[in-house]
Amino acid sequence: MSDSTTAWAGNRLQESIHRPLSEWEVVHEAHRCLYCYDAPCTKACPTHIDVPSFIQKISTGNFAGSARVIMEANPMGASCARVCPTEELCEGACVLDREGVPIRIGDLQRYVTDWIRDRGIDLFDRGMPTGRRVAVIGAGPAGLSAARELARFGHEVTIYEAKPRAGGLNTHGIVPFRLPPGVALWEVEQVERLGVVIHTGVRVGVDLSVEEILHKYEAVILAFGMGGVPRLGVSGEESDGVWDALEFIERVKEGGEPEVGRRVAVIGAGNTAVDAATCALRLGAESVTIYYRRTEKEMTAYPSEYAFAKSEGVEFRWLCMPVRILDDGGRVCGVEFVRMRLDEPDDSGRRRPVPVPGSEFTVKADTVIRAIGQSRRVELVERFGIDHDNGVIRVDDRMRTSHPKIFAAGDCVFERGKGEAMVVDAAEQGKKAAAAVHEFLMSENRR
Amino acid sequence: MADLSINLAGIRSPNPFWLASAPPTNSGYQVMRAFEAGWGGAVWKTLGDPIVNVSSRFAALHWRGSRMVGMNNIELITDRPLEDNLREIREVKKAFPDRAVIASLMMEPKKHRWQELVKRVQDAGVDGFELNFGCPHGMSERGMGSAVGQVPEYVEQTTSWVAEVAEVPVIVKLTPNITDIRYTARAAVRGGADAVSMINTINSLMGVDLDTWYPIPHVDGKGAHGGYCGPAVKPIALHMVADCARDPQVSVPISGIGGISTWRDAAEFILMGATSVQVCTAVMHHGFRIVEDMIDGLNRYLDEKGISSVMELVGRAVHRYVDWGDLNLEYKVVARIDQEKCIRCNKCYIACEDAAHQCIDRVEADAGQPLLVVNEKECVGCNLCSMVCPVDCIDMVRVETGRPPQTWRERQMQQAGDQIVQLSDYV
Repeated sequence: MSDSTTAWAGNRLQESIHRPLSEWEVVHEAHRCLYCYDAPCTKACPTHIDVPSFIQKISTGNFAGSARVIMEANPMGASCARVCPTEELCEGACVLDREGVPIRIGDLQRYVTDWIRDRGIDLFDRGMPTGRRVAVIGAGPAGLSAARELARFGHEVTIYEAKPRAGGLNTHGIVPFRLPPGVALWEVEQVERLGVVIHTGVRVGVDLSVEEILHKYEAVILAFGMGGVPRLGVSGEESDGVWDALEFIERVKEGGEPEVGRRVAVIGAGNTAVDAATCALRLGAESVTIYYRRTEKEMTAYPSEYAFAKSEGVEFRWLCMPVRILDDGGRVCGVEFVRMRLDEPDDSGRRRPVPVPGSEFTVKADTVIRAIGQSRRVELVERFGIDHDNGVIRVDDRMRTSHPKIFAAGDCVFERGKGEAMVVDAAEQGKKAAAAVHEFLMSENRR
Repeated sequence: MADLSINLAGIRSPNPFWLASAPPTNSGYQVMRAFEAGWGGAVWKTLGDPIVNVSSRFAALHWRGSRMVGMNNIELITDRPLEDNLREIREVKKAFPDRAVIASLMMEPKKHRWQELVKRVQDAGVDGFELNFGCPHGMSERGMGSAVGQVPEYVEQTTSWVAEVAEVPVIVKLTPNITDIRYTARAAVRGGADAVSMINTINSLMGVDLDTWYPIPHVDGKGAHGGYCGPAVKPIALHMVADCARDPQVSVPISGIGGISTWRDAAEFILMGATSVQVCTAVMHHGFRIVEDMIDGLNRYLDEKGISSVMELVGRAVHRYVDWGDLNLEYKVVARIDQEKCIRCNKCYIACEDAAHQCIDRVEADAGQPLLVVNEKECVGCNLCSMVCPVDCIDMVRVETGRPPQTWRERQMQQAGDQIVQLSDYV
């Protein structure tokens, strides 16, 4: 179903921020594409979607062929059409960008993937069975991409997912008005239709031992992402009304409507912070303010998300760090901040914020949402006995870990300080991991 | 402001923009509206014996979002009674005495019937006739239209029948569905034509519906070939006009027709020998109001060029349209890419690489996309790269060969001369 059909009148949480395009608009936009040779948009896409090709197919009315070009390169192509920072990727690289009129590649991709989703056309087939069995841990973008490619190679793939639904952050962690759950779940279904078995609600290391996995499968791809939002480490954090941003968004994504009160303070300025903030506004909060310890320049939210947040009415306060959460009988009622200044760059390359003594101030807040990044699954990584840096799995350029039959992709290999972890990067890493696994299994086969 | 008025073989109009004989000139109501909008003349929808039309009739070629770059039709001549048309012609002439009203005629190939029609229409006060020897569909199957226009002898004979009784200038409208239009143009002149007009529409089948497999357009599931026109036919028409204009045996004025949509198109036809231009498809697409910019644009163009009358522009480029054998073989241009304007789409590169002479190199730049650089030694100056460039950043620049101009014809003569000299050694 396209966004237009899932949008419920009056329900701003479900109302898509993407205006559905008409076929006329799409075809006319496609006609504007120059069909560049060795196109910069394709190079700028981490999954290297052949953009001129998929757009040309729109202009000839070959929508199914167009969708295949997209999904072939990017198994998360429908989600990415909604969540990619296109102005920094394909559209930013478009040769017409310098004329101020880049092709609306993301919108075209969204139309085509919606079109194929509405029609239920299968785009891919599973490969000739090889008899090889591969386990994928985590059914997010990286795991699903890897699984799809492995299935197309003909391997027998099983995914273990801790959450009750597959799709990872696409299903749970991105607000519905940006990415409806139906889109992510459709991508899951595409992978399942190739024979991939997804066991949801299975926590590896708890419900299923690492040893059993390593014993049962000939190769394993770790794609379990990251954990929840870490604690702020300030007093009062246990009060009612203090949320982990991802849990907050997940609740909304499942159809819930958490109580937010009048004033909401969001701590952090990444894309998840923007998602939580805009979500809170759409839930009825009167004012939502994002507090960030650095400045506009250092924040990790995409420019488009920042612009979107401002257009929705989110306010921003820079150089503020929470030092205490105030409560009234166990219920949050405010936050005490200290002002910061920027010092020399730290190891992430960004200027390090340091508190300005005596600059504390308090603000009233009925809800506090922390969105200061995600924690690492150090314990789980260690159970697999592979090399890591503070929970970030070490991989080579082909996504191989220190263990010959273990590969990894997605947020669990994502290094700090490298901007935001993008869905599109996870998808590409999943493909690369699958290619490495395939090579590994087939070279064994020859022996 | 320049003088836009013209005199084509005695037919005068305040500007060179005439409506071609077609659906827009089907009735007095329409021609009145056209004249109110500023059109200088109108060739009335072809008069003749009553016919019955089919439904549907038109089809269009759309290209990448551009509507109607080409159009075809299977409509016949007027389906209204002659008396009605003649009454309306009188009314129009009365209301707009300064405009040219030309009657297009078509009749079965019988002298007395042609002459009877000419006399009746003449009485209505038309400024001229245009003999429709061009319609390629329908009427041609009944021995009229292009069935006449494709045979020089028929053209000459029919024209002479009309010329015998016509008291106003006679224009013969030619069909492009021939091998060399000069032969039929010459025949028209021999028959007594005061002017020729071209082109009528080109035989065409617009398309096939990929779901029903019906021809486009279709009449109850079947289609017939139709007459093709619109912007896409302009180069074909311009060539035919120019070919007649440079033919000493076609020594009469020309009314240019075929894909003319703007003052620019009109100016090109005029430069290649047309005295008036006729427009149909552009009006069918946008209405009569387009003539406003045609007049305005042509006026400003003439002012800019310091030309006081459009008649001075007629045929000024004809002498530059020659046989291939008269082109200078020693003239050389090469492509130059303006790196500042280049947007690195690589269209020129792949066009040259796959379809021309492999003389654009991609040179690694310090940052970003590779630069595109022309290998001028290899470049043959074909123009392809500058044609595909979407931002017009490629100029074709003349380079000196250091050799004097020489045409193929001159080279052949020289070689023949050399041989004669060599032979003479044996004499």
